[in-house]
Amino acid sequence: MNIHITGGRLIDPKNGIDAQQDVFISDKRIAAIGQMPEGFVAEQVIDARGLIVMPGLVDVAARLREPGYEYRATLESEMAAAIAGGVTSLSCPPDTDPPLDEPGLVEMLKHRARSLNQARVFPVGALTYGLQGEQITEMIELTEAGCKAFGHPDAPPADNRVLLRAMQYAATFGYRVWLRPQDAALARNGVAHDGEVAARLGLPPIPVVAETVALSTMLQLARETGVLLHVCRISSAAGVEMIRAAKREGLRVSCDVSMNHVHLTDMDIGYFDANCHLQPPLRTQRDREALRAGLADGTIDAICSNHSPVDDDAKQLPFAEAEAGATGMELLLPLVLKWAEQESIPLLDALARVTINPAQALGVKVGHLSPGAHADVCIFDPQATWKVSPAELKSQGKNTPFNGYTVQGRARYTVVEGKTAFVA
Amino acid sequence: MNNPQLNSHGELQHLLSTEGLPVRIVRDILDRAAQFLGDDHAEIHKVPLLHGKSVFNIFFENSTRTRTTFEIAAKKLSADVVNLNIGSSSTSKGETLLDTVDNLCAMHADMFVVRHATSGAAHLIARHVAPGIHVINAGDGRHAHPTQALLDMYTIRHYKKEFHNLTVAIVGDVLHSRVARSQIHALTTLGVPEVRVIAPKTLLPSMVEKLGVRVFHSMEEGLKGVDVVMMLRLQNERMQGALLPSAQEYFKYYGLTQERLALARPDAIVMHPGPMNRGVEIDSSVADGAQSVILPQVTFGIAVRMAVMSLLAGAST
Repeated sequence: MNIHITGGRLIDPKNGIDAQQDVFISDKRIAAIGQMPEGFVAEQVIDARGLIVMPGLVDVAARLREPGYEYRATLESEMAAAIAGGVTSLSCPPDTDPPLDEPGLVEMLKHRARSLNQARVFPVGALTYGLQGEQITEMIELTEAGCKAFGHPDAPPADNRVLLRAMQYAATFGYRVWLRPQDAALARNGVAHDGEVAARLGLPPIPVVAETVALSTMLQLARETGVLLHVCRISSAAGVEMIRAAKREGLRVSCDVSMNHVHLTDMDIGYFDANCHLQPPLRTQRDREALRAGLADGTIDAICSNHSPVDDDAKQLPFAEAEAGATGMELLLPLVLKWAEQESIPLLDALARVTINPAQALGVKVGHLSPGAHADVCIFDPQATWKVSPAELKSQGKNTPFNGYTVQGRARYTVVEGKTAFVA
Repeated sequence: MNNPQLNSHGELQHLLSTEGLPVRIVRDILDRAAQFLGDDHAEIHKVPLLHGKSVFNIFFENSTRTRTTFEIAAKKLSADVVNLNIGSSSTSKGETLLDTVDNLCAMHADMFVVRHATSGAAHLIARHVAPGIHVINAGDGRHAHPTQALLDMYTIRHYKKEFHNLTVAIVGDVLHSRVARSQIHALTTLGVPEVRVIAPKTLLPSMVEKLGVRVFHSMEEGLKGVDVVMMLRLQNERMQGALLPSAQEYFKYYGLTQERLALARPDAIVMHPGPMNRGVEIDSSVADGAQSVILPQVTFGIAVRMAVMSLLAGAST
């Protein structure tokens, strides 16, 4: 299939392009940028006048809820949400039921995803069996099955000796380790940032030290083992500063933040809004400013949706009993655009946080539109304003703190592997 | 952000928390309670203000005392009262909290009195019920227990007349206490210039000073010159784990004894929301002593709950 995308403003952060240029797609790949290749005959022409053409978004944290939690969401519903949001590659955490700790499970997930012919799925395998933090998984086999990294999505293994061994083993083969810094004991039963709001509402707290203690441990073990460490969902000012120092020192560490934490604080909990029950917890305005500063100076590499669809029944409960999480893939693009506008960050720079940077953190060759690259493209209308509501979302999860917000920017076409997978 | 307790006319729709409760409403409740009590406090007469109305006491967490006082208050107002001790078991049978509430709404309830072990439960129910139904929070997790705080305010006003010249100390497990949070908001709303909390750091929320209180870790310093001592109940389960080493050590440093009470003003009053742990947070000689107003608190509690219910029902006294 030959596609000619014409008249759009092309923004490709990896190649430093922000200009009106046509894109030519042939045989699942980018054939050329700007000049039509000789003998190119377009079978489809996409008129992108007034639109922005960019590499498809790469979302490093999107829970698809399969296997095990199909009542919350299915691969079908969430892959439809992905392409509606312009997301063409996503990485899903291993906290499914059972967890992604067996090659067969990973192969099945990859196969199911591939048969839907929508976004690419790059699973993060479990670092230990059952995410129990005791025995390390068959990382070589899991890599052959399609895992791109190994992690613990909620908290690192409690036993530091296991974590050290897992990192050593991963480092032996150059595998990436993805961990969310949260000390399980310090965060136990907690549901909100340990601050004024939690004190006022009587919500069991999660202190900042739950993040920094775990982060300190994993950074020291990464230094010791030389493993490629990716720190998931940083949430505090103190955490950002530790990552900044680690990068300055030359540690091979990358880091992401959820879009929720770029925009919201614990004040948004208001009168117990369970949509703001998130993990990690929303922290203070000071933390949010530090996260934004960390994004601006490159300390934080990527912004993710932390897409975690939750069914209504699990949210219609008192705040602490409600399940943590929010839908997000369809909001990633408009919320990144909103952040860029608020902080006056050029789109070329801002969109790197959802394309090439997360692709590099995953170690996959997507997130750019160089000739020869996978033809994964998002074409969006930067002027389109829309109001977030359950009816507007394809995801089976309808709960988000942004319900009722008016946002700007929406995907019009999503091309995956040289095929138009979504048209709005 | 809309105050979920008030309707569009600024009238009390639900009583969920003392936080954000306008001072005019607090004073209205205290004045109404005074009318119910009369001049001599001898007896609270039955009045027909809630005649034909149904009050449902829904207790998802066990409580005898609070439920009983609400029941008496509703009956004194001539309401029909239904008591439901739901406990935690019914919801584990598959019915969700809001399913339970929907069922009770279908039984034509006019008012719900709700207690639940999780912070925010009363807010959730208030958001969910039909517009004509009123919700009274009888305690949600660590968050709020507004009628307890209001009866405490009534007690303080009864003995001290004014709020603007008082120093009040709240002693004990503030971290887990919905009573303490509601007391703090009520005291600051009524203009008490100095509210103190006294406890070891393990029993205080980390940002407690943001609630507008002065923090003390020593009883001797914190009680100096206070007009009102508000004790909190220390639950036995707090003795396990890492919060406190033992009941004995707690009493030694934080128990209210006659010697410590002597550091307060000579006319200071001692309050406790009950049930008391004698010999853990309070010495018997203080609990039963001349400065204790713990039993009058209970009597006032009935009148204050009548005041809240009648105000919500829109009935004039």
